[in-house]
Amino acid sequence: MSRIGVFICQCGTNIADTVDTEKVAEEMKKIPGVVHTQDYKFMCSSPGQKMLKEAVKKHRLDGMIVSACSPHMHEKTFRRACESAGINPYMCEIANIREQCSWVHHDKTKETGTVKSLDLTRMTIERLKKNQPLKPNKIPVNKRALIIGGGIAGIQAALDIADGGREVLLVEKTPSIGGNMAKLSETFPTMDCSQCILTPKMVEAELHENITLMTYSEVEKIEGFIGNFRVTIRKKARYVNEELCTGCGDCWDKCPFKQDSEFEHGLKKRKVIYTPFPQSVPNIPVIDAPNCAMLQKGKCGVCAKVCGPKAVDFEQKDIVVEEKVGAIVVATGYDLMPNEHFGEYGYGRIKDVINGLQFERLASSSGPTGGKILRPSDGKEPQSIVFIQCAGSRDEKKGVSYCSKICCMYTAKHTMLYRHKVHDGQSYVFYMDIRSGGKRYEEFVRGAIEKDGAMYLRGRVSRVYEKDGKVIVQGADTLSDSQVEIEADMVVLATALVSRPGADTLAQKLGIGYDKHKFYNEYHPKLKPVETVTAGIFLAGTCLGPMDVPESVAQGSAAASKVLVLTSSDEMIKDPTTAIVNDFTCNACWDCVVACPYSAIEKTDIKDREGNVIRRLAHVNDGVCTGCGTCVAACRSKAIDLKGYTDEQVYAAINAF
Amino acid sequence: MKIKLSKSDIDGALVTQISKVSGEDFKQCYQCGNCSGGCPVSYAMDIPPSQIIRFLQLGRFELVMEANSMWVCVGCLQCYSRCPKGVSAANILEAARQLSLRKGTDHERIEDLPVSFLKTAPQQAIVCGFRKFVS
Amino acid sequence: MLKIPYYPGCTLSTVAKEFDTSAKDSAIKMGFEIEDLPQWNCCGATFPLTPDNIMGLTAPAKVLAGAEKAGDTLTTLCSVCYNVLKRTNRVLKDDKEKLSTVNEFMEEEYAGGVEVTHYLEVLRDQIGFTKVTEAVSRPLKGVKTAAYYGCMLLRPFEDMGIDRAEAPTIMEDLLKALGATPVFFPDRVECCGAHLAMDKPDIVSKLSGNVIDSAAREGAEIIVTSCPLCQYNLENTQAESGSALPIVYFTQILGLALGQDEKTLGFEKNKFSPLALLRYKELL
Repeated sequence: MSRIGVFICQCGTNIADTVDTEKVAEEMKKIPGVVHTQDYKFMCSSPGQKMLKEAVKKHRLDGMIVSACSPHMHEKTFRRACESAGINPYMCEIANIREQCSWVHHDKTKETGTVKSLDLTRMTIERLKKNQPLKPNKIPVNKRALIIGGGIAGIQAALDIADGGREVLLVEKTPSIGGNMAKLSETFPTMDCSQCILTPKMVEAELHENITLMTYSEVEKIEGFIGNFRVTIRKKARYVNEELCTGCGDCWDKCPFKQDSEFEHGLKKRKVIYTPFPQSVPNIPVIDAPNCAMLQKGKCGVCAKVCGPKAVDFEQKDIVVEEKVGAIVVATGYDLMPNEHFGEYGYGRIKDVINGLQFERLASSSGPTGGKILRPSDGKEPQSIVFIQCAGSRDEKKGVSYCSKICCMYTAKHTMLYRHKVHDGQSYVFYMDIRSGGKRYEEFVRGAIEKDGAMYLRGRVSRVYEKDGKVIVQGADTLSDSQVEIEADMVVLATALVSRPGADTLAQKLGIGYDKHKFYNEYHPKLKPVETVTAGIFLAGTCLGPMDVPESVAQGSAAASKVLVLTSSDEMIKDPTTAIVNDFTCNACWDCVVACPYSAIEKTDIKDREGNVIRRLAHVNDGVCTGCGTCVAACRSKAIDLKGYTDEQVYAAINAF
Repeated sequence: MKIKLSKSDIDGALVTQISKVSGEDFKQCYQCGNCSGGCPVSYAMDIPPSQIIRFLQLGRFELVMEANSMWVCVGCLQCYSRCPKGVSAANILEAARQLSLRKGTDHERIEDLPVSFLKTAPQQAIVCGFRKFVS
Repeated sequence: MLKIPYYPGCTLSTVAKEFDTSAKDSAIKMGFEIEDLPQWNCCGATFPLTPDNIMGLTAPAKVLAGAEKAGDTLTTLCSVCYNVLKRTNRVLKDDKEKLSTVNEFMEEEYAGGVEVTHYLEVLRDQIGFTKVTEAVSRPLKGVKTAAYYGCMLLRPFEDMGIDRAEAPTIMEDLLKALGATPVFFPDRVECCGAHLAMDKPDIVSKLSGNVIDSAAREGAEIIVTSCPLCQYNLENTQAESGSALPIVYFTQILGLALGQDEKTLGFEKNKFSPLALLRYKELL
């Protein structure tokens, strides 16, 4: 016979107003197995907890019910109190008589609330009688971390984790780390030069003893679970030996072939053997294989001839490596919406219609024009520029429904940069709303208008076309109710931020969620902003959705702190409420394997002494299982139970109703 | 102009009717002005398309019915094809026209039309014009 | 020979007869035939923009019902007819309730089994522009030709779907197939003023004037169109302004390239004939 104690909380008046807690305590005493009951004003307070512990000793309790608020609030508190009083914490159960009872009943006679509380508490008592003591799972933790994506968010996460004393593997798809931030000229709202603040971090990441850089590499496969991931990475052939190369640049100086530079967004050419930009980290070139005459036709090889240390290696092949890590930070960044979306804005056809990142390159001192604002068609300095905000954003019909968030600020910055470089130039900004929430952001936009003379027009642009070497912008100013036509020299579109191509495929490999725009889903939008549904995998930066540099950096650090918490001890304690398969009744239909959203169920073989497979069984990996219960529902032979929520427990509760 | 607003203005029967006839939900419009910016004839309208929708959002049906906008709209659908919210100002002006014509008042009289036009114009212009201007 | 049921419409049977005949003669030169529906009525010349106006759907529905007897496709030439028939067809196919209401008003029954295509689509998708080029006997080499789309051929894009809304190329691709040099001009999808010719000619002059200026600025020597009302408005505006760009139907140019006798193409009805230009270029 069990010895159960039942404690009913009044929660001040939160519960006591509509529930007669004294009566609940009295009634519960009558139930067999209950040896002690008590109601009290605040069960979660220190005196309340002390009372619990004393009761455990005095009445030699082996189980405890607390009828109080939702288990989300204080289950941990009461279970901890139990543990310190010497009973297994999983022998403590909460009956929720606040959120699901007192708060939804307004009957001041307390009748309905009391009746329901009696039911809820009685059900929980019967349930508790079927409880088994559970022990937390302990999982070994590999202390290395993998970061996918070497933009500012990934770099920040890598540096923080490495400074925390953990090893970091930073994998970047392109030949250099730096991401989109490396392309920016200056950054709002303080106007510091992007490269000046970013490159020290890039170099630090390269030199940090705890960081291993793997550029020009892609994650192909992820297996395992929190603390124990196995990651397969393809290191693409650079055709340059990284050990030998000194980064002297003789090869790209002499390479006779040119292609559009991805980094310069087509505003400049690069060689076929190249580094994306002068401050690339590592400063080791790659050969653009599909466009290399030597690799394609066996003719040329100039780069190899001029290379002093003989680092060029046309025989190099992709290498596939497997790495073991305990945690993963995904920081894969964003792209701009592709050009063909903007037919009415002449994008792609009209040379002097460019996007925001192209303008950044024009304004950057290391850019194609050396920081001079010159228009692409004829290299002349534009005397007027029209900036069109929300190009593709907030356009549920032809673009994306969301706001790209950073465009209001960077457009204001563009007008300032333009005015600072072309003193008599006039800028025009078509906007729908100015979204400048943020420290010093509103003042920054007002500065663009008041000090730097940007003409802001409230309206959307209908079309852009060419006429006599000018770019004609036809739009509206809804504040004056006019149609507005501007003969501009250049147009800059603040194109929508979109997720990277292939973001969905990577998410599927990682087992993390994404929304309809293929931005990754955080576990909880407010309280778990960098966690994912898959334990051990964290997010940072614009792979979650549009955000600016300060936010990306904050998220990089946040994800790093989560990784450091996870890797702070050799073992991880995990809640034991996981699924368990009954080996005798499992018929290996694998419905659970398909149903499990976390890939926590494996197919295992039972072998005889000779090593012949005699049976196959589903097996739950406690490290991955979150106890969601999907498999329990899916199992046809009822062979799966959820520890702490077994069928036996649930039926006992239902029968007590 | 001063507008006094109350719930009965916003949900007024006439505004609801024009919404129903046009099949357009005025709440969808966030007043970006793209329709007015691209409309080839908004220069000749008393009230440009985006403001027509604004007045309907504010329940000012009578202002919309008094304006010449509905008779100037040519139905080219440029407003709709570039609207980021998928709202058709052309449908709304057509609904206004319909509501006016269904009362039996014609906007044009056949006898007023120039004979040269009637003699040389493509039939489609005449049929279309009658459909838009005559009850 | 491939025979495609064809709806001429009112304007092409009267003031724009040359549009109709040049298309028919050209089709034969390319190895197919467009055949008038045995019976047809006016399409109504406007697609009712208010969804509660079911009456406006009956005239085009009657045409579609007639077409259903002749086959599963119906081709047409006039942009407005194409717009009205295609949009009506879409509504009737998507909304069975409207279809049955409309059917109650007609002697015949329409089941929704017709696809409406434009003659241009037939050339592009069924015949193929390479086949068109093969049939050309008089390439229009060096003739700078501007294709004016206007509104009804393209919009609304999701209903018409003939080409990209803001950057169509179907007419330019045809012009290339004929050996001409297509001229892309900014105003090619802008409005000409349409039926406002009836009571607001000043608006038409302005809008059509913009279109002509825009084409002329890009060096166009001829403007082609697929809409009799666009042709009418542009030509009239031009007469007022004193410029002299020939404004013709795309099928007249097509017929010329396919070697039809220029006397059969109806250029005498144009206020500004392209024949002088073509003779000057020694193409005739």
